[in-house]
Amino acid sequence: MTIRLGGIIAGLAITAVLLLWSLLPGAYSYAFDPAPEQQPSAAFYEHGHGPEGGFAFDGAFGKWDMAQLQRGYQVYKEVCKACHSLKYVAFRDLKQLGYTEAEVQAEAASWTIPFKDPTTGEMAEAPGKPTDYFPPVYYAGQGHPPDLSLITKARHDGSNYVYDLMLGYGEPDPAKAAKVGFEVPDGLYFNKHFPNVNIAMPAPLSDGQVTYADGSPNTTKDMAKDVAAFLTWTAEPKLVERRQTGWFVLGFLLFATTLAFLSYKQIWAGVKPKKK
Amino acid sequence: MATDTAATTEVSAAEEGVRRRDWIHIAALGTAGVGGASVLIPLISQMAPSQDVLAASTTDVDVSAIAEGQAIKAVFRKQPLFVRRLTKAEIDEANKVDVGSLRDPQTLAERTKEGHPDLLVTMGVCTHLGCVPLGAAEGESRGDFGGYFCPCHGSHYDTAARIRKGPAPKNLMVPDYEFTSDTVIRVG
Amino acid sequence: MSFAWAKQYEPQTALTKWLDEKLPLPRLVYNAVGAGYPVPRNLNYMWNFGVLAGFFLVVQIVTGVVLAMHYAANGLVAFATVEHIMRDVNYGWMLRYAHANGASFFFIVIYMHIFRGFFYSSYKAPREMIWLLGVVIFLLMMATAFMGYVLPWGQMSFWGAQVITGLFGAIPLIGEPIQVWILGGYAPDNAALNRFFSLHFLLPFVIAGVVILHIWALHIPGSSNPTGVEVKQESDTVPFHPYYTAKDGFGLGVVLILFTSLVFFAPNVLGHPDNYIEANPLSTPAHIVPEWYFWPFYAILRAFTGDLTIPFTGITLIPAKLLGVIAMFGSILLWFILPWLDKSPVRSGHYRPLFRKFFWFGLIPAMAVLFYCGGAPAEQPYVLISQIATAYYFLHFLVILPIISQIEVPKPLPFSITEAVLGKDKAAEAPRAGSVGGGDTGTAPEGSLQPAE
Repeated sequence: MTIRLGGIIAGLAITAVLLLWSLLPGAYSYAFDPAPEQQPSAAFYEHGHGPEGGFAFDGAFGKWDMAQLQRGYQVYKEVCKACHSLKYVAFRDLKQLGYTEAEVQAEAASWTIPFKDPTTGEMAEAPGKPTDYFPPVYYAGQGHPPDLSLITKARHDGSNYVYDLMLGYGEPDPAKAAKVGFEVPDGLYFNKHFPNVNIAMPAPLSDGQVTYADGSPNTTKDMAKDVAAFLTWTAEPKLVERRQTGWFVLGFLLFATTLAFLSYKQIWAGVKPKKK
Repeated sequence: MATDTAATTEVSAAEEGVRRRDWIHIAALGTAGVGGASVLIPLISQMAPSQDVLAASTTDVDVSAIAEGQAIKAVFRKQPLFVRRLTKAEIDEANKVDVGSLRDPQTLAERTKEGHPDLLVTMGVCTHLGCVPLGAAEGESRGDFGGYFCPCHGSHYDTAARIRKGPAPKNLMVPDYEFTSDTVIRVG
Repeated sequence: MSFAWAKQYEPQTALTKWLDEKLPLPRLVYNAVGAGYPVPRNLNYMWNFGVLAGFFLVVQIVTGVVLAMHYAANGLVAFATVEHIMRDVNYGWMLRYAHANGASFFFIVIYMHIFRGFFYSSYKAPREMIWLLGVVIFLLMMATAFMGYVLPWGQMSFWGAQVITGLFGAIPLIGEPIQVWILGGYAPDNAALNRFFSLHFLLPFVIAGVVILHIWALHIPGSSNPTGVEVKQESDTVPFHPYYTAKDGFGLGVVLILFTSLVFFAPNVLGHPDNYIEANPLSTPAHIVPEWYFWPFYAILRAFTGDLTIPFTGITLIPAKLLGVIAMFGSILLWFILPWLDKSPVRSGHYRPLFRKFFWFGLIPAMAVLFYCGGAPAEQPYVLISQIATAYYFLHFLVILPIISQIEVPKPLPFSITEAVLGKDKAAEAPRAGSVGGGDTGTAPEGSLQPAE
């Protein structure tokens, strides 16, 4: 009885404190105070929808499009690499994109990898080996721009996000901008698919910028899609393998669970009354 | 079923022997067993060398800079690798030895590549208990036979890195390697 | 420790006979989860979740031990070693995703188990100790899960550690020294990461120990059941094996299908993208949210937005932050006194019309709201509705339960489990007086219910 009485008193006290000191003032200010001002930039953000037709790896049966991943790697190498590193990916991983051992070796050797010379103690550079990881990038005045290895997992709906971001550049609608008093700050660029629409990265892609080795079309959209696919692979190289294993496991479990169900029903058959 | 089910449970208990043999239970248990066993595959293979370790299992060594009589230490699979360019005298001394008298009979020619009789590539791992023998670096003791000397338990290797004295059972191991050019070997 | 009619273990072979003399482990298993444990015959699928919780504890320990073979608890490399596991270790991605989603499934299963307990009043006498040990397990799980989430050393790991340890800073006077002591520094860093790894490895084994106590305590009165009427006679029970081993096997299959669907096809949906960004002490993510299983308690924490002041004097008695911390811990700690708050002699919600209304139309919606608001940004109107739900949560347990257990008129209970299942029970010709009572052990027919030893 003491516990129950104490409980009732404690419960009423907590509720009173919550209602009188937290809820009421909060509700009052929610009802009567002016709503918190939205950032003017919020009016310009638009949610993207990814490429038309989606990616080859979309869906539970999706597969990598190797040619596309290779094109995406070319875009990374010719455009993104200037500012963005890929530090969790090693050159040997490129074999998964369909390159041969020799191609991977040549590709690695075309990069210079910084290392500390053990005999002099000074930083030196050497051509890359397949076991090396993509080198870090220091961008004058900016430090490290975001590493791209995991970018498509580090953003919500990342593959589509990267694609949309590549295509979100432009100018804000001048009439709307004048109305809400919005200006793109100096040194930043307008991108309607970036969360606060002001991005430090200038538009990286323009039509025809990368001439693909396989001669594929190279509009900005094509390149954006290819590089988004490539960065999906860098973030989750085991994506396709994972799903294939998953189908196998699911099939097995469905079979096993069916057997378990039949076994269960049979064991209980003598005990369970018939449904009335 | 309106009867006292104590009877039912007794009956089912008595029938248990029969039920156990029922194929559906055997199938269900067997399938569960297969499932449980296949879970062991990832649990066991995760301890095997990972992809980065496997990828680092070949090493390229540039041998052009090794002067006659000198040796370098390289790293192969996280273990020391000795590359020595033998002098004429060392080659002669190695060839002088009666192979039949050796603990681990091998000629120098068997331990080098054709066309490169002066280049001796061995692991720097004593075949006794895995210490790193001395003799590869300048000024280190090279033992009684002018090759390598393991200080841990006193194994002496000759100029062809063959075991001559001490507890080690085998010659220093010659890893698989090939010349990718006249000056570069690929080990592994 | 069982009923009089429980089957006795009889070793058949020379080996099992010898073993039974030296170390009666097979006997222990036989009596605990074998044919020697009589269980009410009317358990529904809500009774599957205890075994499932044990299963996920094993999953977490096995995958966790294996992941620890590749992980390094050092701020410089922790994030990279997780990526190493994901990319280079054989099946590393599978093991890590199983561990991350295994934690979620452990909590899903535990929440089902707890709500089974709420609805069927599994916490009531004679099962208080089982319930108390269960609350201890839940608290240990929360500590373990929190520390485990710090280990990948992503942005959410880091800021989660910062915010949660910051809660201790709310304690008056000693709060800040305690926070610094817990972290071993002024912000989460190597010291915190290492001790969290150590404790994250240790605590699951402590949980396993308390689970053994939990099961031990369960075998003293035996399992509860959906009618809440205690077992009276042999016809009320079936042996655990093969009846409930088969049922649990089927339930395990169903849950494994759901679990592997998540692991192989959507392993990151329950996580947060920000945790794939390496920890950066100089930049806080836009919305810090804990893992989903903490959301209700996080909502309670954030519901207290105003300091407790004496009006018109400007004197603050308790700051809002401390109120939130007290309420958050209180919301779980009050489960410890639950068996003594709800004194209704009837256990099952099926026979308690008033209780059932408050359960389905009060507690469940309030918990749903708290779940939702805990994951939502701390803005209106989420704050407002989470405050209402928080108020209901405390009222439900502390005020409503004690009062309805006093005033409620329960529906008539079946005489026995047998009657509930079959419609009639020969033994029901005995006097029915005790059948309404909760702890009606004294009125059961002679010899039918033995208090277990």
